[in-house]
Amino acid sequence: MLDPRIYDVKDEISWCPGCGNYNILPSLKQALAELELQPHQVVIVSGIGQAAKTPHYMNANGFNGLHGRAVPPAQGMKIANKNLKVIIHSGDGDSYGEGGNHLLHGIRRNVDITHIVHNNQIYGLTKGQASPTTALGQKTTMQFDGNTSDPISPLALAVSIGCGFVARAFSGDKEHLVEIMKEAINYKGYALIDVLQPCIAFNKVNTFKWYKDRVYKIDDTSYDNSDRVAAFQKALEWGDNGIPLGVLYRQEKSTYFDRVSYLEEGPALVDRIWQPKDAERFMEDFR
Amino acid sequence: MKYNVLIGGAAGLGIDTISILVEKILKRKGFFIYSNKDYMSRVRGGHNFIQVRFGTEPIYSHWPELDVIIALDKETVEFHAERLCAAGVIICDESLKIEYSRTVKAPLAQMAAEVKNPRALGSAAAGALLKIFGQNLELVKEVFIEKFERETAESNYHAFQLGYEYAPKYFEISAANKDSHILINGNAAIAMGALAGGVSFYASYPMTPATSIMTQLSMRQDDTGIVVEQVEDEISAINMALGASYAGVRAMTGTSGGGFALMVEALSLQGAMELPLVVVNSQRPGPSTGIATRTEQSDLDFVLTAGHGEFPRMVLAVRNPEDAFYQTARALNIADQYQVLVIILTDQYLADAAQTIEPFDYSRISIDRYFAEAKDIQGERYKRYMPTESGVSPRIIPGKIAGAVVLSDSHEHNEYGHISESAEIRTAMMNKRMKKLELLAQEIQEPEYFGVEKPDMLLLGWGSMQGPMREAVELLMQEGKPVGALVFGDLYPLPTKLLKKYAGTAKKLINIEQNFTGQLAKLIRQETGIFMNDSILNYNGRQLDSYTICSRLKKEVL
Repeated sequence: MLDPRIYDVKDEISWCPGCGNYNILPSLKQALAELELQPHQVVIVSGIGQAAKTPHYMNANGFNGLHGRAVPPAQGMKIANKNLKVIIHSGDGDSYGEGGNHLLHGIRRNVDITHIVHNNQIYGLTKGQASPTTALGQKTTMQFDGNTSDPISPLALAVSIGCGFVARAFSGDKEHLVEIMKEAINYKGYALIDVLQPCIAFNKVNTFKWYKDRVYKIDDTSYDNSDRVAAFQKALEWGDNGIPLGVLYRQEKSTYFDRVSYLEEGPALVDRIWQPKDAERFMEDFR
Repeated sequence: MKYNVLIGGAAGLGIDTISILVEKILKRKGFFIYSNKDYMSRVRGGHNFIQVRFGTEPIYSHWPELDVIIALDKETVEFHAERLCAAGVIICDESLKIEYSRTVKAPLAQMAAEVKNPRALGSAAAGALLKIFGQNLELVKEVFIEKFERETAESNYHAFQLGYEYAPKYFEISAANKDSHILINGNAAIAMGALAGGVSFYASYPMTPATSIMTQLSMRQDDTGIVVEQVEDEISAINMALGASYAGVRAMTGTSGGGFALMVEALSLQGAMELPLVVVNSQRPGPSTGIATRTEQSDLDFVLTAGHGEFPRMVLAVRNPEDAFYQTARALNIADQYQVLVIILTDQYLADAAQTIEPFDYSRISIDRYFAEAKDIQGERYKRYMPTESGVSPRIIPGKIAGAVVLSDSHEHNEYGHISESAEIRTAMMNKRMKKLELLAQEIQEPEYFGVEKPDMLLLGWGSMQGPMREAVELLMQEGKPVGALVFGDLYPLPTKLLKKYAGTAKKLINIEQNFTGQLAKLIRQETGIFMNDSILNYNGRQLDSYTICSRLKKEVL
């Protein structure tokens, strides 16, 4: 195992004191260190939001792009260089709201990347508006009379469209979070982890205690996470009856690289050897 | 000697097949070809036509007057018969009720039935056409063998022979030289330029008239080992391309105006991250969905400033298939050298216009990547946005150098790529990025000039107007008019040397453009203070031809 401190940077962190992100960041460093991945072998990709600042707080390759648009560049860079470990760190607004379409099609494309969503059920960076996972009726700094839209169930969504690795973790259980991250990073294909995380500044409903009182770990001995229908049912569990943590669904399936076989078999695309003259043969097609 | 053939009918009747056969056969026989498409945005029905011009000297554009019409339906005759020249001929099936004396009413459907392939009707029409032009059957069968599967090749060739035997000879035409050309349209030429230029990743969403660039690349991806990804939307296309570019491969995307509009936020991301990127906008008439399968040059204004904030870019328009090839390869090198956005403008007319030209010279293409290596990186921590004299910072491939990490950020950032709101850093970074405009200004190529040495009348156009304007200048010069034309390829930064030279002495400056507002004229005014005296503008979705340019000049300007 590497020393997780190789991932440290000296730059100032601008998250609120007490933010759940402070547990997720060291968990990620721990997971990468345990997997013996060097900083230059990893890319942290994000959109915009509090969680999306993660690339700035780590010594690793980073791509802090546009709001909602973390998934497309992450896929692009993985396709370009399969030797990179590409990990998305973004929030619920970024991943499920503005970037919803990319999530759907990213799962379908099944490029081997890990998508870690810091889900605090609220917009933090823009100061407290409803997110796609905010409860119906919850009052916010924008929805004064209560949120008028139903929340989505991101994990049920992911299972329904065939994501091969669907997990949930809680920022308050670092050890478990590290294990889930490691498993997701090692999984070949699109891996989604929804990490529950309190926003101490803007979400007065889903507090640390609220989560702590409801989360429970799936019993691996009795739960078969390869059963998609059971996983869908599990993914729908939410609220006072308990919120399951763990790998809800796991299935080995062909990845983008299996489907574009020369990528799997050949060198990384970035190492493709090519000269202009190599394309001259196509002139025959126009004779 | 030049002839002009129109092949028309409803979508689904097979006019494409006829035109491919006719173009290939005439090309193999050594003729110069120029064909262009006029089709509706539908899969069945409506009225579509393709015009094939051929001759014994190079052809640069389409032409209104017709020598032969192949009519697969009655509408084709109704719409186009007035353009037939005095010696013109119509070819159609005997079932069509057409009152025109010079009509070859052939039993085309019956011929197709005879060869037991109802889809071979078009081949029979092509056979009739070849005979009408007095051509022999040499080199013909090979075209069928290449185009069709074995059995259909036989039935189609048989139908062709039946049509050939049936038709009389109408035209006496001189023999052509031996064929040494390729026949290629604008979009295929862009794709060939991209392949020669080492594009490894092309992400795009289908949108007419840009789709065929992706098709041309996609059909060769296995063979070349490149990746062509059809994505969920244009936002994804450009962001994915930027991700691939970040990781070190040559990446490109292409779309038309509406898709380009969706890409705009990410153009600005390119500006912040300084990632090499080439984007093609194959224009069609707007606003909004506009007319999907027609042509226009109305996105120049839009692409010049598309993207919030200020960042350097290069904009160029391709002028013909040959230009499209070399300029695409050039754009890729410029994007890499200066870590900038290069926007290539084309349009439906050029996208679908096929021309016989010399095969591309691949020895003229180089792939220059400009990556820094481990030894070039100063200090302990890699600075992706290190200030340099040129404004271009050393770029490395992430993952290739142990200990060096690459951080790219959409926020304003310091030299490491970390978020910064410092006034000092902000100013330095803006200066660094915008400095590249000076470098790009040194890269630009002057417009192409046709005409007399000292023109009284100077025509100005850009991109796909090159062919029609070139022919228009030839026609006007034949009439002794002191005319010249400047046709711009590079548009931004705007090259001004030739512009100033000719504009200084010409009495009249006239911009000829496929848009309503005269966008090139506006750009020239903005960059140089030079005003046009008059303009010929066309925005009906169809490309101006040289004949129309000349007649409008005479009517509206001279």
